[in-house]
Amino acid sequence: MGMVRAEMEVAGIDPAELRIVEVTSEEDAARHRFPGSPTIRIGGRDVQPPGPEEPIGLTCRVYRHRDGRLSPLPDRADIRVALEEMVSR
Amino acid sequence: MNQQGIAIGDLAPDLALPDTDGQTWRLSAGPVVVYWTCNHCPYALAWHDRLLDVARDYEGRVRFLAVNSNDAERYPADSPQAMRERVGAEGGWPHPYLYDESQEVARAFGAERTPDVFAFDGDLALRYRGAPDADYDDPAQNAAWLRDALDAVLEGREVGRAETDPVGCTIKWK
Repeated sequence: MGMVRAEMEVAGIDPAELRIVEVTSEEDAARHRFPGSPTIRIGGRDVQPPGPEEPIGLTCRVYRHRDGRLSPLPDRADIRVALEEMVSR
Repeated sequence: MNQQGIAIGDLAPDLALPDTDGQTWRLSAGPVVVYWTCNHCPYALAWHDRLLDVARDYEGRVRFLAVNSNDAERYPADSPQAMRERVGAEGGWPHPYLYDESQEVARAFGAERTPDVFAFDGDLALRYRGAPDADYDDPAQNAAWLRDALDAVLEGREVGRAETDPVGCTIKWK
């Protein structure tokens, strides 16, 4: 979450506003429409929305970075853009 | 949870696992690398090309076996059918992709994560265990820790860095 907090500061948002939700069961996952860890929602929107074929549940998410690499974390630029869009709304 | 496993210097546990074509593979001779991987873990995917490159670069000198031990009921992306489809979609792998349905092989080795790499010498003694290299996010690392270990094994030297912490998703136990 360090990357999110850092980008929040850049966007002029207090990092203390970051809300962390621990999803510990399949029931939790269903309730939160949780497609895997980590899921980062900014202004309610997933920074890299999963496709319709992606299952809901306790799993690890695969993110594709802008240069094509696969990663367990989203591209920092996607977080930055999502924060900028939220601020501008 | 995994409570067993092998240490550096221990002999490889026996295994007999099917690959994506149904052929059964055993650890008949070394040097050999056995590594845990799967289809759905982002760390395994991030290191995937690097591990295949090592297998290709050491072909004829070191055997490679990839093992998936994840619970396929809870993680259908790691089912035998999904394994077969993935290998086909990628045009084949340079080594077998084995399915450990009972998870007994993972427990015998003490595998914890995907990826988790075990490198054995010609006598099937464990000489390296851990991550392929220092950073899943940096392809330039080129699986250097594993390559260093294999070079040492092939040259009859001690492995300088024999053990590192495996980094990745935990194996999905039943």
